[in-house]
Amino acid sequence: MNYLARRLAAFPLVLIGVSVLVFVAIRLVPGDSITAMLGTEAGLLTPAQRDALAAYFGIDQPWLVQYWRWVTGLLQGDMGISVTYGKPVLDVILQRFPLTLELALLSMFIALLMGIPAGIFAATRNERPSDLGVRIIAMVGQSTPNFVFGLLLIYMLSAGFGILPAMGEFAPLWEDPLRNLSQLILPAITLGFAFAASVTRVSRSAMLDVLNEDYVRTARSRGVSARGVIWRHAFPNALIPVVTLSGIEFGYLLGGAVIVEQIYALPGLGRVVLDAILQRDYALVQGCVLFIAFNFMIVNLLVDLAYVALDPRIRLGER
Amino acid sequence: MTRHLMTKFIRGIAVAAMLGTAAVSATANAATLRMAWAQDATGLDPHKQTAFPSLRLLELVYEPLVRLDADLQIGPAIAESWEFSADGRELTFKLDPDAKFHNGAAVTAADVKVSFERILDEATGAVARANFLSIEGIETPDEGTVVFKLSQPDAPILTAMSDINAAIVPASEVEAGSIGTETVGSGPFKLDEWDPNSKAVLDANEEWAGGTVGIDGINISVLPDETAILAAMRAGQIDFALLNDPLVATLVPREASLQLNRAPVLAYHVLQLNPSRSPMTELGVRQAISCAIDRQEVLDTASLGEGKVTGPLTIPAYATDPKELFCYERDIEKAKKLMADAGHADGFSATVIAATGEPPTAAAEAQVIQSQLAEIGIDLDIRMMELNVYVDTWLKGDFDMAVALNGGRADPYTMYNRYWTKSGNLQHVANYIDDTLDSLMQQGREETDPEKRKAIFADFEKHLAEVSPWIWLYTSYGYTAQQKTVQGFEPSPTGTLFGLSKVTIGQ
Repeated sequence: MNYLARRLAAFPLVLIGVSVLVFVAIRLVPGDSITAMLGTEAGLLTPAQRDALAAYFGIDQPWLVQYWRWVTGLLQGDMGISVTYGKPVLDVILQRFPLTLELALLSMFIALLMGIPAGIFAATRNERPSDLGVRIIAMVGQSTPNFVFGLLLIYMLSAGFGILPAMGEFAPLWEDPLRNLSQLILPAITLGFAFAASVTRVSRSAMLDVLNEDYVRTARSRGVSARGVIWRHAFPNALIPVVTLSGIEFGYLLGGAVIVEQIYALPGLGRVVLDAILQRDYALVQGCVLFIAFNFMIVNLLVDLAYVALDPRIRLGER
Repeated sequence: MTRHLMTKFIRGIAVAAMLGTAAVSATANAATLRMAWAQDATGLDPHKQTAFPSLRLLELVYEPLVRLDADLQIGPAIAESWEFSADGRELTFKLDPDAKFHNGAAVTAADVKVSFERILDEATGAVARANFLSIEGIETPDEGTVVFKLSQPDAPILTAMSDINAAIVPASEVEAGSIGTETVGSGPFKLDEWDPNSKAVLDANEEWAGGTVGIDGINISVLPDETAILAAMRAGQIDFALLNDPLVATLVPREASLQLNRAPVLAYHVLQLNPSRSPMTELGVRQAISCAIDRQEVLDTASLGEGKVTGPLTIPAYATDPKELFCYERDIEKAKKLMADAGHADGFSATVIAATGEPPTAAAEAQVIQSQLAEIGIDLDIRMMELNVYVDTWLKGDFDMAVALNGGRADPYTMYNRYWTKSGNLQHVANYIDDTLDSLMQQGREETDPEKRKAIFADFEKHLAEVSPWIWLYTSYGYTAQQKTVQGFEPSPTGTLFGLSKVTIGQ
């Protein structure tokens, strides 16, 4: 069996594991859908009323039955109904996911565009003041929490200039590209800034390692120009740790950056999950987490495939 | 010469541009109100939803038989007039012949009957059912008349019918089982689109029997962070907002273009003791706690003084001056003596539960109470919980003390029968009842004379404050903020946004 097939075969196993974990975890949290909907008023229900609502929410059966119903539904492509939205879970996810995907792509674009050149620049000026400068900025970027940076941006723009990204009514990219970008650019910068800082640090140290390798020295001795050595010989190899980092970070972003979505009032996947947990909307939480896990696995697979493309010495699937 | 022409030309362009912008902004302001709130509705079934944001949204779409005005007086909604029979056992409503559902059908007596049958049906799971148990039968002599037959005189039932949880829904929709997914009401707005936790789009109902709506519609955005709502208002992106956090609300008046609407509300902040747990079982200990707490200080510290110290009854028409209630002036000496007499001179340890961020002042209240009770030797351990965990714990009565924000009602009986009558559904949470409380509640339910009712509930309030199962602290304000171009909004103690039906937007 080749590598790809084996990797794909592992997918269902991992997803079953995730499904059990999330199913149990959300049910272990005290408070059920009924108290989440009614609050303290839930205490006014008669036992018959409570039973009727439990049946409505699908929490009247034992856990095993509930799980069995959910999994058999999943196999037929039915992720269940979100009780708060009154819509199929898959519809809710597909409606919110484009925003999250776009935000993740934009942030990654910003991070790579800033981080890789900065890292290489610092590596080639090892231990000089300019290297130190880049490293300090990267350190600050990495250690500043997202929400602090985001709130600072919002505060400066609203208090200083009286402008703000149009909040609230989110416009999809295909309906109003300009408005969409104006809404997403600040959150993307907020997320991309910290991401860029890690990319800078990783690409700097990777570049330094590679520049000490024998084949780089060989290339230098053959009289290849400094620029040629860096970009043609060292760069592809230095990229590998950057790809690993970006893969992890991107997978994380696809799960929705909850805090940033909250601050900028973006209706993305992160907020859906958060609200679903608070509302004890079990089907929606389960569906979203499974979807996020699936994304993570796809991204990981792509990262591994990218290694091969970058470094021919890596042969996937060989023991 | 050329220069002169040039200036003229530029001026011309400038004027044209100005006119252009004016025209554009006139259409952009086509009187759709841009509104924001931090929490969205959690569902659309008016009989099942009890969360504050859900009620605020559904009140714009659905209508009950009667409605409370800003002074909490009962006024017409779907019903034009109403009357109790002499023995108080029959309540007759005449419906407004112009009342229409959003689907064009007239609101008839049959719809009223079906709506109340749905609420009373246990399979629905409608919380308001508890308020309507005295209904024995519903008769519909003609299309425009509904008669409720009651098993006993029940004065507060009329107030309960003003709640949106008693909304009238179309019989056809009940039959189709589409209540909660489709929203066919008879209110001033139609719900055009609802994307939970993101946005809601409401269109004015031009055929609304209650009058003309002053705006074309409302676009509601959910901005989870209230400081972000303020920022969006400052930037002119939002016309109207519902605010919960007094810290944010007090910042609004600093902006010249914004206006803060502040209305006292019926909901009350309270420290609930659990009289089934030792040593709160002892009257002396509970009274000592009451005497040891400086309610004004709690209000000033936790809520910037935004509110008013209150006794158990928060309805203006029924409230007693707190000064007349037991130990509303802090008296540490008396508190220490009460503790000593009860055999707890050295104090004791207890835990207090509070919900994180709900209300936003909960943690601060718990901290002030903690330091005040420390002065009489009570060592309080604060346990903050996520809202649903808190609600679960609270409903089980599993606490020594609880910091709570409880909703109020326009009638003392509907507000408190759940806690302070022997058959109250939340008696197991209150864990305290005596014959005096129970009998005063029953008397207040049957009495229809307003003056006599007032006297009964004044006795009830005094007695409740004296036996101190709970320590009532203060009532706060309901806040809305608006651009000064928005006119005609009238806030209400129930927190309703129904006043938006009368709002207009100036230029």
